[in-house]
Amino acid sequence: MKLHLAIEELHRSENHLARALLAASDRHKADHEVFYVARDIAGWSQRHVTELARIGADYGLDLHPEPEGESGVLEKVQQATSDLLGRRPEPGLLLLADLRHIHREAAGVSLDWELLAQAAQGARKRELLELAQRCHPDTLRQMRWANAKLKESATQALVS
Amino acid sequence: MPRIDRIAEPWGTRTPYGPGETWPTRVDSYLADGLTEDDVDRWVQSATILHSNGDGLDIAVKDDRIVGVRGRAVDRVNHGRLGPKDLFGWQANNSPDRLTRPLIRRDGALVECDWDTAMDAVAGRARELLDEQGPSSIAFYTTGQLFLEEYYTLGLIAHGGIGTNHVDGNTRLCTATAAAALKETFASDGQPGSYTDLDSADVICLYGHNMAETQTVLWTRVLDRLAGPNPPTIVCVDPRETPVARAATVHLAPRPGTNVMLMNALLHEIVANDWVDSGYVEAHAVGFEELAKRVADYPPEVAAEVCDVPVEQIREAARLIGTAERLVSTVLQGFYQSHQATAAAVQVNNVHVLRGMLGRPGCGLLQMNGQPTAQNTREAGADGDLPAFRNWSNDQHIQDLARVWNVDPLDIPHYSPPTHIMQQLRYIEEGSIRFFYVTATNPAVSLPELRRVRELLSKEGLFLVVQDIFLSETAQLADVVLPAATWGEKTGTFTNVDRTVHLSEKAVDPPGEARPDLDILIDFAHRLGLEDKDGAPLVKWSDPEGAFEGWKECSRGRPCDYTGLSYDKLRGGSGIQWPVNDEHPDGTERIYVDGQFWAAPDYCESYGRDLVTGAPLDETEYRALNPTGKAVLKAAEYLPPHELPSEQFPFQLITGRTLYHFHTRTKTGRAPQLQAAAPEVWVEMSASDAGDRGWAEGDLLEVATPRGRVSGRLRISGIRPGVVFLPFHYGYWDEPGGHEPAGDRGRAANELTLTDWDACSKQPIFKTAAAAVTRLAEATGPAPAPTTTGSRPVVSAGIPETRGGAAAEALEQPAPGGAR
Repeated sequence: MKLHLAIEELHRSENHLARALLAASDRHKADHEVFYVARDIAGWSQRHVTELARIGADYGLDLHPEPEGESGVLEKVQQATSDLLGRRPEPGLLLLADLRHIHREAAGVSLDWELLAQAAQGARKRELLELAQRCHPDTLRQMRWANAKLKESATQALVS
Repeated sequence: MPRIDRIAEPWGTRTPYGPGETWPTRVDSYLADGLTEDDVDRWVQSATILHSNGDGLDIAVKDDRIVGVRGRAVDRVNHGRLGPKDLFGWQANNSPDRLTRPLIRRDGALVECDWDTAMDAVAGRARELLDEQGPSSIAFYTTGQLFLEEYYTLGLIAHGGIGTNHVDGNTRLCTATAAAALKETFASDGQPGSYTDLDSADVICLYGHNMAETQTVLWTRVLDRLAGPNPPTIVCVDPRETPVARAATVHLAPRPGTNVMLMNALLHEIVANDWVDSGYVEAHAVGFEELAKRVADYPPEVAAEVCDVPVEQIREAARLIGTAERLVSTVLQGFYQSHQATAAAVQVNNVHVLRGMLGRPGCGLLQMNGQPTAQNTREAGADGDLPAFRNWSNDQHIQDLARVWNVDPLDIPHYSPPTHIMQQLRYIEEGSIRFFYVTATNPAVSLPELRRVRELLSKEGLFLVVQDIFLSETAQLADVVLPAATWGEKTGTFTNVDRTVHLSEKAVDPPGEARPDLDILIDFAHRLGLEDKDGAPLVKWSDPEGAFEGWKECSRGRPCDYTGLSYDKLRGGSGIQWPVNDEHPDGTERIYVDGQFWAAPDYCESYGRDLVTGAPLDETEYRALNPTGKAVLKAAEYLPPHELPSEQFPFQLITGRTLYHFHTRTKTGRAPQLQAAAPEVWVEMSASDAGDRGWAEGDLLEVATPRGRVSGRLRISGIRPGVVFLPFHYGYWDEPGGHEPAGDRGRAANELTLTDWDACSKQPIFKTAAAAVTRLAEATGPAPAPTTTGSRPVVSAGIPETRGGAAAEALEQPAPGGAR
């Protein structure tokens, strides 16, 4: 059984997604909706990280339950800088790039949850399956957000 | 006839009535200068415009001047009554500082000019930018106070002519969440309830809705029920001890920003106690399982902790709601302008769907509006939505609209949701919006984080056009100011919260060269040379009635169907509720009868959005969720507010209104009785918070947030501890600064608010900023706050009662035979 590999990979990719969301948030402090929503939904990935660490113990894994990359001094500096720089032209294109990155990361996480759900089903691991069913919809919402925000922001950034 | 001081008695004299009876008539009137009805030359039909209630009234005219008003006894909305703002607010029309000539900025100063010069400058700059950058450079920001005809014309010009997606109204600040919540649950805007539901309700819940001050006449209806036999039970959710809270059986005063938590706990109890109308839910709703699963995680004990509300009170409120036989719920800014706005408002819809309390007498759901014509901003498409509740993500709807307008479907921007005002500001900041046309609203006082807003509106490279009746704070920053006519000086229709359409006729000429907004907009379109696809002028009408006829065609077959209405039909009697068509020639009192909704995928206005991220659902997702067009029960998780109190900023700041003023006081500040009742900003704080610091009534306080500082006198009121309240009406037009604070501290509450909005409705959040409060000086007298309202002092000794005196005496004529 290689279920532990799937759990470990998800733990890594969720951590990564949470960091990507928080980093985008920090970079776009002057785009207030991005700043706040990206933080709110980074919380979902952080919760998944904790839950994965907890269930990982049943599969012989010792994963860190605390999500990585809480806002530190560096991030605060970045927020302050982006707040100032963000009031100058052309941050629109940077936002498009960040949203594209988040969408790809979230798509990867989504596939990882699919893999885990398939495996859990095959191995008849009920608790693991329930975890996937509970968490995967959050990932899909993160993806949809990045997609929708990209669509909404693209026109003004590209035609102006 | 009895005279009564309507500043001291905002709701007038009781005319009690019992459940199922007709609300007795009471005709209120006020004439200036000691005139009597015999002196009046003519009465001109209209309705009220300083709130959203839509009370029918007649305007008194003598010597071609407005001299007073009288409620219309035949009107279904008010049965003759008027509120203090209606009785006295009209005086602003006659104010000597009305704008009477266009102004244009020359060498940094605004100077008078003629209309050709002003309009050529406006149209000329728009044309330059269209040629250079295209429609993405042009934005429109309108109001909830123009008429339907003007909104429809504005939407046509912006969407069908210029082709910009940057259209919004200040309804974004007041009713965006009402519309968004209705779209989530019923897939379309449109109020399910009717005011007459109050006549038979046995439980009335007001969620963040201080009806006593925002819709005084509707509250009078409630007070008359409370004074009659078998009165309804009132449940109030509000962090302040408002007049509504004082009348309530249960008053829940949650921590600001925790509404979703509270609502989920109420729903938890309704589900757990099986107060659900299972037959109704099974037949007419989708999403029950997910909702039940979600609210299972929110027992009252958890909510009691998070909201800081006694658990017994939550249980008692839930029991009243869960066992009501005829439940009316109303929702307003306490939910709409707070954290997780749409998610919280949607949970109120869920209560009504779960309990099957829709489409029957006494079972009304009112997602309220704040402004008189906000409903029209929404339905005519001036808030960015497409007219007549068409769905911007449904290609068939775009094609149909293009047919009505005779334009190419590709000319109507529908590639993404409309650009809401806060995003427009962001594009101004980035420099891509360079032409900003503001009609009848005052963003330099009403938007959050004013220092930023002033900076953006004064930005080099932005061409700012302001169309208004006074030189507001915003107008002072404009490149061109266009003087407009207002209510009583032009004709048009408008629609209130419960879908009642009124005709408002021109009573007198506007002052000087001021022109109706409709005329100015059409002039703008013609100067820009906007055409349909056959080369004919895009705007095909030249007067209000022509615009109304155009709108009727646009609304044909849509939920807000006006085809059965005409100006003639609206003359003489009561206002009429839409839809009005061949099937319902006399209007429609209740929609959603027998669980029939406008939610079918091909017909609906919206496929909905994610309540946390705001991401729109696409057609495929919606079809899978709701193939047959039922009501959608949408669950929401609670998220903590984005700005929480800290050691440095220990209070939560909420802003709001008082009964005597409207918005930024442009009109009410010029009506002597109203201005005297609430002359200056104040700060509300609880007795315990003030006591802990040794502060007393009238002390001069500073309220500070990371964004700014405001000073005001302390009123110790019944607000919950930990929260401070500031009224948002006070700006700078009657202060030395003119459009900004003259010194370090301002008096506009929005100096302090944060730039954050609900991701779903895009409504800014005015009710969860963290703030610090310090004392600047001890009292020299009481705070200038009314004592009749939510700002009533907890200890009244030494504080004079709010009185209007002889100048505020209005007439009250009860129905023949008197009150019951």
